[in-house]
Amino acid sequence: MAFISSGYNPEKPMEGRITDIGPKHYDQFYPEIIKKNKGKWSHHEILEPGILVHVAENGDEVFTVRCGGARLMSASHIQEICDIADKHCDGKLRFTTRNNIEFMTDSKDKMLALKADLAQRKFDGGSYKFPIGGTGAGITNIVHTQGWVHCHTPATDASGTVKATMDEVFSDFQDMRLPAKLRISMACCLNMCGAVHCSDIAILGYHRKPPILDHEYLDKVCEVPLAVAACPTAAIKPSKVELANGETVKSVAVKNERCMYCGNCYTMCPSMPLSDAEGDGIVLMAGGKVSNRISAPKFSKVVVAFLPNEMPRWPTMTHAIKKMIEEYAKGARKYERFGDWTDRIGWERFFDVCELDFTHHLIDDFRDAAYQSWRQTSQFKF
Amino acid sequence: MAKHNTPLLDELESGPWPSFVSDIKQEADVRAKNEKGIDFQIPSEACDDLLGLLELSYKDGTTHWKHGGIVGVFGYGGGIIGRYSDKPKEFPAVAAFHTIRVSQPGAKYYTTEFLRQLMDLWQLRGSGLTNMHGSTGDIVLLGTTTPQLEEIFYTLTHDMDQDLGGSGSNLRTPADCIGQSRCEYACYDTQEICYFLTMMYQDELHRPAFPYKFKFKFDGCPNCCVASIARSDLSFIGTWRDQIGIDQAEVAKYIDGTNPANAGAHKGRDWGAFDLDAEVLNLCPTECMKYEDGKLTINDKECTRCMHCINVMPKALKIGKQRGVSLLAGAKAPIVDGAQMGSLIVPFLEIDQTMNKQLADFESEEEWMEYLEEKYAGVVEVIESIWDYWMEEGKNRERLGELMIRQGLQKLLEKIGMEPQAVHVDHPRTNPYIFWKEDEVPGGWDRDINEYRKHHAR
Ligand code: HEM
Ligand code: HEM
Ligand code: HEM
Ligand code: HEM
Ligand code: SF4
Ligand code: SF4
Ligand code: SF4
Ligand code: SF4
Repeated sequence: MAFISSGYNPEKPMEGRITDIGPKHYDQFYPEIIKKNKGKWSHHEILEPGILVHVAENGDEVFTVRCGGARLMSASHIQEICDIADKHCDGKLRFTTRNNIEFMTDSKDKMLALKADLAQRKFDGGSYKFPIGGTGAGITNIVHTQGWVHCHTPATDASGTVKATMDEVFSDFQDMRLPAKLRISMACCLNMCGAVHCSDIAILGYHRKPPILDHEYLDKVCEVPLAVAACPTAAIKPSKVELANGETVKSVAVKNERCMYCGNCYTMCPSMPLSDAEGDGIVLMAGGKVSNRISAPKFSKVVVAFLPNEMPRWPTMTHAIKKMIEEYAKGARKYERFGDWTDRIGWERFFDVCELDFTHHLIDDFRDAAYQSWRQTSQFKF
Repeated sequence: MAKHNTPLLDELESGPWPSFVSDIKQEADVRAKNEKGIDFQIPSEACDDLLGLLELSYKDGTTHWKHGGIVGVFGYGGGIIGRYSDKPKEFPAVAAFHTIRVSQPGAKYYTTEFLRQLMDLWQLRGSGLTNMHGSTGDIVLLGTTTPQLEEIFYTLTHDMDQDLGGSGSNLRTPADCIGQSRCEYACYDTQEICYFLTMMYQDELHRPAFPYKFKFKFDGCPNCCVASIARSDLSFIGTWRDQIGIDQAEVAKYIDGTNPANAGAHKGRDWGAFDLDAEVLNLCPTECMKYEDGKLTINDKECTRCMHCINVMPKALKIGKQRGVSLLAGAKAPIVDGAQMGSLIVPFLEIDQTMNKQLADFESEEEWMEYLEEKYAGVVEVIESIWDYWMEEGKNRERLGELMIRQGLQKLLEKIGMEPQAVHVDHPRTNPYIFWKEDEVPGGWDRDINEYRKHHAR
């Protein structure tokens, strides 16, 4: 491999340098029918799972086919998406906030041809490349983070837990039988890059062991004050440690009972790793939402404190998720979101019907929120 | 032939959902065969080694990545996440595997021309793997080496007119819902304002100067499709302050079943005949709707614009015409003290519906930007006064929401020149220990004990 220059000259980095130009202007990327009718849409209808039609005030129609996709996508896959868009959609397409791909056409016939084309494309391993669905009162794609594919603090994998879950709930991706839409999100450590804290169901990676201290190297590779400052719960303090060889070195001590296993110290200091096969696993949360529809947005609540990592398909986790979805489908009223359903039936009933254990870990929230989570009425259900 | 055995990952190839494992293998294969004759600038076995490394994580249940240290492009404080593996000998092709955040276009519309160009660049100079998209919204190019960073940046900016996104303690790449481009519920042009603010604050986006990260997100209506209320320091939610439009003939068609409820979102189950009372009137959180003598009426003064009735009957009910945004501040994920939802700070900033000139109507982008500066002057004022406040008072790594808790909502409202109103609270305080300002109390706090004693014996 020979180094190919882009034109950049490392001797003169400022020469011809272009900065601060931002993203491309959206106008260049709109399909014609979108450009023409922007701001003039009248209404829409979901014709069948994954197929939408939006009707403009002047009667123009745009048909959208929504397909799921793993957000970890190869260039080859994206090139195939481009081939499809070139063939059916005048070279335009879009992605949704939840990592779905949307192909748009301006006629029903084109949409039908597109649909047939998408439905037959599969990976060599057998999975669909472009499953159609993710609309209405069903389950759409899971938003997620990096996991073992690319991060240094995950307590589980993201892509794998998501694939395992989507396989299990796939029929609801292609159906609209639920009382309302159900959003699942995934984040691989408590930093929650994916902001999963307002999802109907959230999968969260969680560590349970404080960092291991590599005393011999710590002061050589880390700035002790920075490591100390990194800890949000002030669990870390500087200390002197005597090594096996009798040498005394500067290092840190961690007050284990204060640690909430966030990994911020490891981010700062490579001599404080914390991942651990037995310690790490999954937390499940439920009942959050972001829409203002009917009730106010709300946070998800912890419903399972810990499940071990079961590679490659996390069966205990997917089983618990599936059970929650089934009970919700059975018990909730039309338009009722997951969290509105749990509020109505009461959490004690939720744990009952979902056959989940209420353990002591689920009581006493972190800091101020704790008091607000206690029950302050004599009303409860047996 | 695959370079590494990956029995655990192979199990993730079956099942209907698109398999990321199959896709990585596909790219590994493309690189191995190299039919296009690409002179790969990072090891051609990057995808194979990523699979090998990932298989190892699946086997031993832990990550094999280390924090990345300082890598980036000259002059920018963000946009690149450094990453090294802790198994460089076994998996040399991914020993260094940095990601690049590329600023995504509005509502993530693309031309295939742009995507092909980007993918050509990425197959040449990176692993060929991406995230479409990262959680903030950026295109994430997953995995390259340090020497390629400037080269990629050069090609992006010179040949593709395309910039990096944000990371670190700066403005993160703003993101928007599909909005008016294809959604009849949108109360303002989310793409326009998102683009405008992204361009206006390029410096803040690329050069960390804030106490911590800061995010804008733009939802066209209270349905909140981009979840701005939960995950942006400043959330823009479209709304209106006049009447919901009602087309009585279309209402009748919902009642008789001609129009599908909720645009057909519930077609997967037989929920019985449409029941206006049960499905709309009784679910309206403010009970402000009535249906009498074949006529639907809404007491708009009491409506809180939750969107429910409009979602259920999109053909019959339309968002109002006097439109604008509500601004909510301080949302964040739980780290550290707990999650925060956005709190209402500006109930309604009207957006002038007559100012709808587009880029094409101007000679240059600069002129259009000036026009938008006028159109969104109110928004800019709020943003900048919030930033001034946060940069002055915020501690290092303190999100705006945490500062609001520490110093109180009143302080923020005061900084943005907003009079506190009942709509700012869910309920008034329950605890009467009010800290008065001295100048609010007639006569102030300096009193004379001798004067007091004239009237009160010791
Ligand atoms: C102290 C807390 C946090 C730490 C230490 C942290 C650390 C990281 C790291 C190391 C990455 C890079 C992952 C990679 O290798 O690609 C990352 C990505 C990211 N972070 Fe965080 N993070 C924190 C909190 C958050 C929060 C609260 C949010 C959002 C509200 C957030 C949003 C993101 C996003 C959107 C990404 C891109 C990830 C993706 O799309 O996969 N982070 N974060
Ligand atoms: C309190 C300590 C630290 C925390 C909590 C922390 C957290 C983070 C987070 C959240 C990210 C994710 C990237 C993003 O989305 O912004 C990140 C990236 C990064 N961190 Fe740190 N970090 C810390 C200290 C350091 C130190 C001391 C260094 C260097 C010596 C460093 C170098 C980097 C680099 C190079 C990146 C990726 C590039 C970038 O975001 O521009 N970090 N860190
Ligand atoms: C630090 C806060 C408080 C102080 C300093 C305080 C002080 C007092 C004092 C000095 C009296 C009158 C004693 C007397 O002359 O009979 C009193 C009466 C009373 N306080 Fe408080 N109090 C406080 C908070 C509260 C609160 C929070 C409540 C109820 C939630 C409360 C309920 C009462 C009641 C019911 C009486 C009796 C009134 C009556 O029978 O006329 N107090 N308090
Ligand atoms: C923060 C300081 C104080 C608080 C919060 C407080 C609060 C109270 C409360 C709640 C009552 C009962 C009212 C009732 O039930 O009627 C009370 C009664 C009383 N307090 Fe205090 N008090 C404080 C300081 C003092 C001090 C310093 C003294 C005297 C030196 C004092 C003397 C009394 C007396 C004499 C009563 C009436 C007792 C009775 O009638 O049974 N208090 N106080
Ligand atoms: S959630 Fe945690 S482990 Fe996952 S990408 Fe973000 S920081 Fe890394
Ligand atoms: S893991 Fe987090 S809480 Fe625990 S010591 Fe490290 S920084 Fe502190
Ligand atoms: S937030 Fe509202 S305007 Fe934006 S896409 Fe969703 S429903 Fe439409
Ligand atoms: S928008 Fe919500 S509050 Fe307003 S009338 Fe409709 S259902 Fe009622």
